Amino acid sequence: MKRTINILLALVMVAGLVSCNDGGNKKSKRGNQGGLSSNAAERVYVAPGEHDEFYAFMSGGFSGQLGVYGLPSGRLLKVLPVFSQNPENGWGYTEETKPMLNTSFGFVPWDDSHHPDISQTNGVLDGRWVFINGNNTPRIARIDLKNFKTEEIIEIPHSAGNHSSSFITENTEYVVAGTRFSVPIPQKDMSIKDYKGNFKGSLTFIKVDQETGHMDIKFQLMMPGFNYDLSHPGRDKSHGWFFFTTYNTEEAHTLLEVNASQNDKDFIAAINWKKIEEYVNNGGGQKVPAKYAHNIMDENTHTATSTMKTEVLQVNPMDVPGAVYFLPTPKSPHGCDVDPTGEYIIGNGKLSADLTVHSFTKMIDAIENKKFDGEAYGIPILNFEDILAGVVKQPGLGPLHTEFDDKGNAYTTFFISSEVVKWKVGTWEVIDRQPVFYSVGHGMIPGGNSRKPFGKYFVALNKITKDRYLPTGPELTQSAQLFDITGEKMELLLDFPTIGEPHYAAAIPGDMVAPNSRKIYKLAENKHPYASLSDSDTKVVREGKEVHIYMNMIRSHFNPDNIEGVKVGDKVYFHVTNHEQDFDVPHGFAVIGANNAEMLIVPGATETLVWEPKEVGVWPFYCTDFCSALHQEMQGYIRVSPADSNIGLSWSLGED
Amino acid sequence: MKKAGIIMIIGSLLLLGLFKFPLWNIVLGAPQYPDPLGMDIYIQGIQGVEEFDIQNIDGLNHYIGMKTIPKVEDMWEFSVFPKVIGLMVALGVIIGLLGFLGKVSYKWFLGWFIVMSILGLLGMYDFNLWLIEYGTDLDPKAIMKLLNPDGTPMTYKPPLLGYQKMLNFDVDSWPATGAYMIFAGMMLTVVAFFVGRYEYKKKVKTEPILKPALA
Repeated sequence: MKRTINILLALVMVAGLVSCNDGGNKKSKRGNQGGLSSNAAERVYVAPGEHDEFYAFMSGGFSGQLGVYGLPSGRLLKVLPVFSQNPENGWGYTEETKPMLNTSFGFVPWDDSHHPDISQTNGVLDGRWVFINGNNTPRIARIDLKNFKTEEIIEIPHSAGNHSSSFITENTEYVVAGTRFSVPIPQKDMSIKDYKGNFKGSLTFIKVDQETGHMDIKFQLMMPGFNYDLSHPGRDKSHGWFFFTTYNTEEAHTLLEVNASQNDKDFIAAINWKKIEEYVNNGGGQKVPAKYAHNIMDENTHTATSTMKTEVLQVNPMDVPGAVYFLPTPKSPHGCDVDPTGEYIIGNGKLSADLTVHSFTKMIDAIENKKFDGEAYGIPILNFEDILAGVVKQPGLGPLHTEFDDKGNAYTTFFISSEVVKWKVGTWEVIDRQPVFYSVGHGMIPGGNSRKPFGKYFVALNKITKDRYLPTGPELTQSAQLFDITGEKMELLLDFPTIGEPHYAAAIPGDMVAPNSRKIYKLAENKHPYASLSDSDTKVVREGKEVHIYMNMIRSHFNPDNIEGVKVGDKVYFHVTNHEQDFDVPHGFAVIGANNAEMLIVPGATETLVWEPKEVGVWPFYCTDFCSALHQEMQGYIRVSPADSNIGLSWSLGED
Repeated sequence: MKKAGIIMIIGSLLLLGLFKFPLWNIVLGAPQYPDPLGMDIYIQGIQGVEEFDIQNIDGLNHYIGMKTIPKVEDMWEFSVFPKVIGLMVALGVIIGLLGFLGKVSYKWFLGWFIVMSILGLLGMYDFNLWLIEYGTDLDPKAIMKLLNPDGTPMTYKPPLLGYQKMLNFDVDSWPATGAYMIFAGMMLTVVAFFVGRYEYKKKVKTEPILKPALA
């Protein structure tokens, strides 16, 4: 009975909403979640066969990967493997991709990926690459947006918790990697009690080659032992500067939730990187020993190489006067965000009731007039009042991150009060607030990290899901929520689950990337040393205990398909080349008893899987990706004989 | 016959377009080929519309046992056709030039047109024979053997001209730029014939009047 009444009530309410839907004045009548009263469904609906307007690259957080979603639909388009092995396509399992996960700590097949950022030219997104940081084993990856593939990973030495990363300058000159945890540099066996004054924080500036995208550490700035939390490049008028928030300026080493929250103000470190670059170009800095891996995937050999580097250039800020300043910012600032004009630097004190906004112009003025309020480890501290542009009063609890639209508005996320607050840059007045579900971390506006944001959507990247979707046991996916921000008020359109933790995201209009997206690798350009580009290249070669099988595949067969002469104890390398030259026709390769993964080989590429047969028998291999009408027939056998057998290698190429 | 001679020369020169543009175009579209596969048939050989179309068509055709699309060296036509066209262009230009100089009758223009038409028809006939051969001489070990409703083995001859549904494919076979250029060129030679005749008749009409006057 109660249920019936509820349904009736709901019907009455729906009828009421529909009947007063006068179209012209719709927006003001929408409730905070008013999916029924608005046409939210229509505005996120992408009809079959049509494409989303934006690509959103959403960090996979503790999955170590990068999720590619379409906006506004929220559809997951692809999971790009970056720092973690991915058995779906053999990433990190095949011989070609294993070097990508090499580090000075050895093979690290997982990470905690946080902040994707899209390359820019003149402060505008250009759609060439996405960079993302590995937080745990400090690394930065570059994903090429032609191939949608991780093509480079560089490890960051002298760093621990690569968190204030991987943000880029407005011409992609530099990607930064700031350490969240300060550590002894160089590492040594010492008492943790002696943290204060002895640990250091490194801020690493990685130069990006504009042609190839290749990364190379240009210099590491050795900063005091604070925690470098987040960062943001200056842009437009503040181009040439980089800003890093800090916490634990107390340099506490135990119970940080209390002991690192004592100072009323921590700092934003303002770094004039152009000045340091000039200093370094003139021979400044000191080369010190370091051990870090630099891994590059070659587009033509389809093979990654890992090089261990042995030194890095260190810069002491004391040696470059005028390059580094501290901006006092209340209280344990987390997000550090610069508005599209480059004038305002927003430091969100996560324990502060207010939002603090610094003025770049005032900062420069204070520096020129030497209006300092002391120093920390020799680095001048500017006077809080002198650089303050304004304060957004009592906007919410636990401010974290701020993004900007193209109309002079800022959108700040509030973790504790679980909401997004829209405010006006310059007047600091709050315009709107919307609850999110639940506990939002970063927010994202496409191009929000650039001079030219596409202020159509805001995506809230939430930490807690609770009742938003059907429950899936104790472990729930995290969630993202899409808001329309074209009007005065934000409007919730959609929420959708994400992989891992959608820590931060970056988005770009589809038409800036899609036309360049690769369809196939040309077989004629395949320079893999073990490729079999024609059937006459196929062969099986024994080198001691290693057997190399040069195999190719095309709908719907392997060549060779029956192999004999392999023995228990051999190490068998399947080098498989996909001969298809047709878009979207990869083939898979799997063999029974493989201890690593299967492979997914895209058209024109070669990949290698190692298989170590342990038992005598005739073992099948087959295609794992449904490729054609005769996919089921795409199979072969490999005969494994006893270790002391004298059966020679033989194979068949389709003959009876 | 100056005007007619010039038209004749232009008309026959238009045939040179065949060396640059495809004569015929066959397009195969299917649900899983939103970008249809296509082949351009030139007098010197067959090329895919996109770089890998031929490979992909061959890949599909092997299911039903069709031979691979012929390479240049596989068919005598691809060496003979260019020579025949080259010869006809040269002949046309020479006839046009002689006509321009008044050395030959306008009837030669029509003669060239008739010879060209016969060659064209022979070419089409040959092309159709090739399509029949290609679509019916199937590998007995073909993976898929399909029957027509009447129980006869299905054949896969693409249409000589027009549209046809073949299994899951929509096949379109139409003349391409080169064909339109021959057509225009041949029409011009017909125009040359009529213009030549008109010019001749005008000359014949005026001559009897002039003659007595001179006499």
